[in-house]
Amino acid sequence: MKEKLNLYQILRTILLALLSAFAILPFALLFIASLTKESFIMQNGYSYFPKEWSFSAYEYLIANGAQIFRAYGISIIITVAGTCLGLALTLLFAYPLSKPDMPGRRFFNFMVFFTILFSGGLVPSYTMWTTVFHMKNSILALLIPGLLMRGFYVILAKSYFQASIPGEIYESARIDGASEVTVFSRIAIPLAKPIIATLVLFIGLDYWNDWNNGLIYLTNAKLYSIQNVLNQMIQTITFLSQNAGQVSVTGNIPSNAVRMAIAVVGTLPVLIAYPFLQKWFVKGIVMGGVKG
Amino acid sequence: MLNRIRVNKKGIYKYRWLYVMMIPSLIYMIINNYVPMAGLVMAFKKINFSVGIWKSPWAGFDNFRYLFATSDAWIITRNTISYNLAFIVLGNTLAVLTAMALAEVKSKKGRAFFQGSILIPYIISYVVVSYLVYAFLSTNGFFNKTLLPLLGLEPTNWYLETIYWPFILVIVFLWKGIGYSSVIYLSSILGIDGSLYEAAALDGANAFQRAKLITIPLLKPTIITLVMLQIGRIFYSDFGLFYQVPQNSGQLLKATNVIDTYVYRGLLQLGDVSMSAAAGFYQAIVGFVIVLGANLLVKKFSPDDALF
Repeated sequence: MKEKLNLYQILRTILLALLSAFAILPFALLFIASLTKESFIMQNGYSYFPKEWSFSAYEYLIANGAQIFRAYGISIIITVAGTCLGLALTLLFAYPLSKPDMPGRRFFNFMVFFTILFSGGLVPSYTMWTTVFHMKNSILALLIPGLLMRGFYVILAKSYFQASIPGEIYESARIDGASEVTVFSRIAIPLAKPIIATLVLFIGLDYWNDWNNGLIYLTNAKLYSIQNVLNQMIQTITFLSQNAGQVSVTGNIPSNAVRMAIAVVGTLPVLIAYPFLQKWFVKGIVMGGVKG
Repeated sequence: MLNRIRVNKKGIYKYRWLYVMMIPSLIYMIINNYVPMAGLVMAFKKINFSVGIWKSPWAGFDNFRYLFATSDAWIITRNTISYNLAFIVLGNTLAVLTAMALAEVKSKKGRAFFQGSILIPYIISYVVVSYLVYAFLSTNGFFNKTLLPLLGLEPTNWYLETIYWPFILVIVFLWKGIGYSSVIYLSSILGIDGSLYEAAALDGANAFQRAKLITIPLLKPTIITLVMLQIGRIFYSDFGLFYQVPQNSGQLLKATNVIDTYVYRGLLQLGDVSMSAAAGFYQAIVGFVIVLGANLLVKKFSPDDALF
């Protein structure tokens, strides 16, 4: 059935175009601002159509960005380490839970599920991690508290193992004499590639975007991730004046543009990777479905 | 009975290595999630870090008495609940509309493009969001220097004026969150049997009627479940939204302080641990009761979608 271009179609196209523009335009402003000449910003504010462009914000970053590069490195290391460890912990716990006849399965299932319903909250967690595990100003604070294994991801992986890999495959492997561990590593893991891709994406994003742990546990700026540097900078402009003092920059510090440039640099990896990973990302959200 | 035990023993033996596999994760979960639950008793203590939590003297309900004697207790409860209500109503309405519009886009590439762009804000941290908002609202921002002059209005100091913030926070929330829930609704809509629409079209139903008579009714279970889950979380808020976006501005607290930010400030900025612990306890318990209630309701309407 061919329909003529009707009111409904026009409305829906306008809605989608507006929403897309609404979603993207703020990023454009950030990006353009980072390429705008400082004097223009001081006079005309952040603008979509600056009359004077300049790379000086990025030049400044390259020349004086020791802390930025360091933080960038920390973000990358923590993201990689956290994703590997988190993925391992999630899969190792989720796989046994997917066995319908494993004794104690219901208990462990409930244990995971309960962490989603109820939590002790910030004060007890903070107290435990700082007093018992000495996380204050430890680099491990970016890795361990809260983020390493989320109950929601365990449930996601468990459902995948349960629904997408038929039990007969396991049984026939068992009958052939394979041990449970062999079945897990040789059969279940290769078959679980889609959920692994999704988990890597979700956990990786959690780590790259995390600023909360750094905000709570770190006061030593040397340990900051890029998100923490951004966080600190927007709340105190002192960051720039300090840095400028150390390297004795003379003349105009392109502070407004530089701030935006650092935000661009902190976001860029995610934005560049996103178009390639979008499909998996959407799949993951659908898999998590309403229980997300 | 004997038989069952024997079977269990066999099962335990059969899966013995799987139990070993679970140990590291189990240890992490106990430390990260369960030990802090026990730490909720801090709310009933007069915390003194120099003697340690366990040796700190008991305070009975004193911490709660102090908390609820302040005007803060009312403000944070009111803000948390009313923001969440606004998010639930506006967020789901807009997400359903977006999903319905997306479902009508026939070209796969076109749909991926629209969906992809609407989802971008979701993958960005709230720190970066605060930069984006700053680029619009600061004294040098796009609003003050370009938009308001264009409309002939005076610039204003956005970060000091409470009245704008309910709107700003709702808009930022929608901007960041619509993509995610519209993906879920879209997958529900795409699961609807296409022949229903064809039959309706043959009967002469226009697009509005088809949406009203087919899509919305069939989407109802998903909507109800999502809404119930969100109601279950009504005592919690996204710390990033309420802390980063207003840039922790003290002048805005009346409009931006929620339970999560109150707990954080008490613990790490004001050093008022006991008060903070009491607020955290209040959130955990009331929050839990609300989750249970919401789940009970879901169970009544659509048992399959209940959480437990």
